[in-house]
Amino acid sequence: MADTPIPLLSIEGVRVRIGEREVLKGIDLSIAHGETHVLLGPNGSGKTTLLNAILGMPGYDVVEGGISFRGVDLLPLSIDERARLGIGIAFQRPPAVRGVKLRQVMAAAAGGELAEERLSEISEELELDEMLDRDVNMGFSGGEAKRSEMGQLLAQRPALALFDEPESGVDLDNIAVVGGAIQHLLRGAAASDPRRAGLIITHTGNILRYVNADVGHVLYEGRIACNGNPLDLIADIGRQGYERCVECATCKQ
Amino acid sequence: MQTVDTPILAANASAATLTRLAEIQRLAKAAVDKPAALGPDVDVTRFRTVSEHQSVDSLASLEKQVRETALTSGFTTDESERSGSYFQMDRTAIYERVAAAFGGAIEIMGTGEALQRYPDEMAERFWWRAVAPDKDKYTALVALHQTEGYFVRVKAGQRVEKPIQACLFISESDVSQNLHNVIVVEDGAEANIITGCNISTGVKEGLHAGISEFFIGKGAKLTFTMVHNWDKEFSVRPRTTAVVGDDGIFISNYVLLKPVRSIQAFPVARLEGERSRAVFTTIVCGLEDSIIDLGTETQLIGVGSRSEAVARTVSRDHSVVYSRGRLIARTNDCKAHLDCRGIVQSDTSTQWAIPDLESEGAPGAELSHEAAISPIAAEEVYYLMSRGVPKDEAVSMITRGFLNLEIPGLPAALKKRIDEAIEETSRESM
Repeated sequence: MADTPIPLLSIEGVRVRIGEREVLKGIDLSIAHGETHVLLGPNGSGKTTLLNAILGMPGYDVVEGGISFRGVDLLPLSIDERARLGIGIAFQRPPAVRGVKLRQVMAAAAGGELAEERLSEISEELELDEMLDRDVNMGFSGGEAKRSEMGQLLAQRPALALFDEPESGVDLDNIAVVGGAIQHLLRGAAASDPRRAGLIITHTGNILRYVNADVGHVLYEGRIACNGNPLDLIADIGRQGYERCVECATCKQ
Repeated sequence: MQTVDTPILAANASAATLTRLAEIQRLAKAAVDKPAALGPDVDVTRFRTVSEHQSVDSLASLEKQVRETALTSGFTTDESERSGSYFQMDRTAIYERVAAAFGGAIEIMGTGEALQRYPDEMAERFWWRAVAPDKDKYTALVALHQTEGYFVRVKAGQRVEKPIQACLFISESDVSQNLHNVIVVEDGAEANIITGCNISTGVKEGLHAGISEFFIGKGAKLTFTMVHNWDKEFSVRPRTTAVVGDDGIFISNYVLLKPVRSIQAFPVARLEGERSRAVFTTIVCGLEDSIIDLGTETQLIGVGSRSEAVARTVSRDHSVVYSRGRLIARTNDCKAHLDCRGIVQSDTSTQWAIPDLESEGAPGAELSHEAAISPIAAEEVYYLMSRGVPKDEAVSMITRGFLNLEIPGLPAALKKRIDEAIEETSRESM
C-alpha cells in the first residue's frame, strides 16, 4: 500500500459490527490525495460494509479502531457532516425518493446551488436531460440510476469518491459513459482540475477498462488479504478464484 | 342563533319556483337537527350569522391585512391575471367584477342576485339540484339561513384561460357563514376557478358551512382549486357536488395546510355524461389539534366515465386525519382509481386511510385503489444526507416532495403560493 505522510483517508484497525455479527475484523487502509484504489472481494466479504462505515451509515457500528479524513476523526460525525467534509458516494442501489427531483439532489450535493452552466455540462456528459425533473431513482433503469449517481457526484466534486459496483446491472454503453465520468471526476477533465481520490468496489474489474486505478485490495472474510496492482489482482482472481488468490505467497507476507 | 333571515325574494318567479323554494325550506326545517354521517358534531345554534358590509369599488381599497390574507389562498388584488373576481366579506358580496375582455363570456354575482335575476332557471336546474337541502343539519342551516355565496356562469363555448377568483372572508368571531355557491360551465366552455376561504387574524370561534353545486356541460371543463386557511377554533362543513355531462371534465384540487378545529367534507363528482371525467387532488397537512375528515366520491354513471383521486396527507402534533375515497360504479364501461398516501409525523397524531369501492351491478367496471400510511423511509433520509443535506432538511425536503403533487391546471402564481406554504409547513415541523 502506498503510505503517505498525510493520507486523505486513514482507516486503522477498524472492526465493524452489524447487530451482533462482526463483518469487518480489523481493516487498515490508507488513501492519499488523488489516488484511485480498487476494492475486490467475493460476495459477503464486507466491501459495502466498509463503504457504509466510511459514510457513517447507522447500523454499521465501528466497535474498534478509527477512521479519519484529512486528519479529522470521522466517527463522531453524521453522514451529512462527512459529505460536507468531502466524501461522496455512488450507491449501487440508491433508493427512490418520491417528489424529490434529481435536479434538486444535484443542487443539494453542490452545496445548495448548482450553476446552470455546470448542470448542463454534467447533464450532457451523462445524458441526464430527460431525468433531471423526474423523482430521483423512481423507475430509473439500471443505467439511468448509475448515471444519476455519477451526476450527483460530479455536482458534489468530493475529495474522496466511493463507488459501489459502478458497473453492476448496466449494459456496455452505460459502463462506458459511467466509466468515462469516473475517470473525469478522479483524474480531472481539464489539466487545471485537481485529481480526486477514489475507492471503487468492483466484482468484474470491467470498469478498469475506463478508469486508471493505482492500488488494489482484496477483502476476504472481513480482512484485507492482499494488496497490489489492481489489474494483476483481477487477472489472478480470474485465473484461480478468491480462495486461491488470498493463499498466494505474496499476499501472505 | 339567528332566528329570522330574509327569505329569498323571487318577485317574478313562477308558481312552480315558489313551490320548489317552499319545498326546500320544508325539507331543510325537517333536517335542522340531523347530524352529519361523519365528523364531530357542531352545535350550530351557538353562532349568529355573519354581518353585512358595504361594497367596495376596487380590491385595492380592501384593508392591507385582508388583502394579504386573501393572497395566501391565491386571491390577488392585482386582477391582471384574472378574468373575474368575487369577494365576499362575511355575508356581503362586496366586490364582483368580470374583466372587460370577458364581458360576454362570464357572469359573476352573489347567488341572491342570481335568484332574483333567473328565479325559474335557478330553481329548475341548479338551486339545490345537486346537493340535497336535508342531507344534514349543515345543509339545512344554509338552506334556512343563507348568507350569500357566488354564482359563476361561463357561457357555452367560451374557453376562459385566465382564472376566475373568489374569496370568502370572515372578519368576525362566533359567527357562521352559510354559503351557497353555484358554478355553471355551459356546453363546450372551459373555466379555471380559484377559491380561497380565509378568516381575519384574531378571529376566534366560528363555523363555515358551504354548499357548492357545479354543473359542467357537454364537452365542458372546470378546474376548481380551493385553498383553505382557517384557524384552530374554526369548524368547516362544506357540501359539494359536481354534475358532469357528456365528455365533460371536472378537476378538483383541495389544499389545507393550516390548523382548523374540525373540517368534514366529502365532495362528490357525479359523472352522468358519457366519457365524462373527474380528477381529484387533495393535499392536507394536519396540525395542532385539527380534526380533518376529508374524502372524495365519484359516481361513475355515464358509459366510458373515468376518474382518478389522489390524496396526500401529513399529520403532526395531536391532529387526527381521515383520508377517504369512494368510487361507485353504475355502468359497465367505467374505470377509476384511488391513491391515498399518508405520513404520520408525530406519535400523538392519528391517520385513517379509508378507500371504499362499490360496483352496483356493473360487472365490467374497473375500480382500484392504493392506500398507504408509512413513515419517511430512513434510507431516503440517509441518501440525501450522503449528499451533504442535514437530517432535518432532508426530512423537510422529502415531506415537501410528498405533498407537492403536480396539481393539474394550476396557475403559476398559485402553484408558487402553495409551494411556499408547503415549504413553510415543512420547515415549521422541524
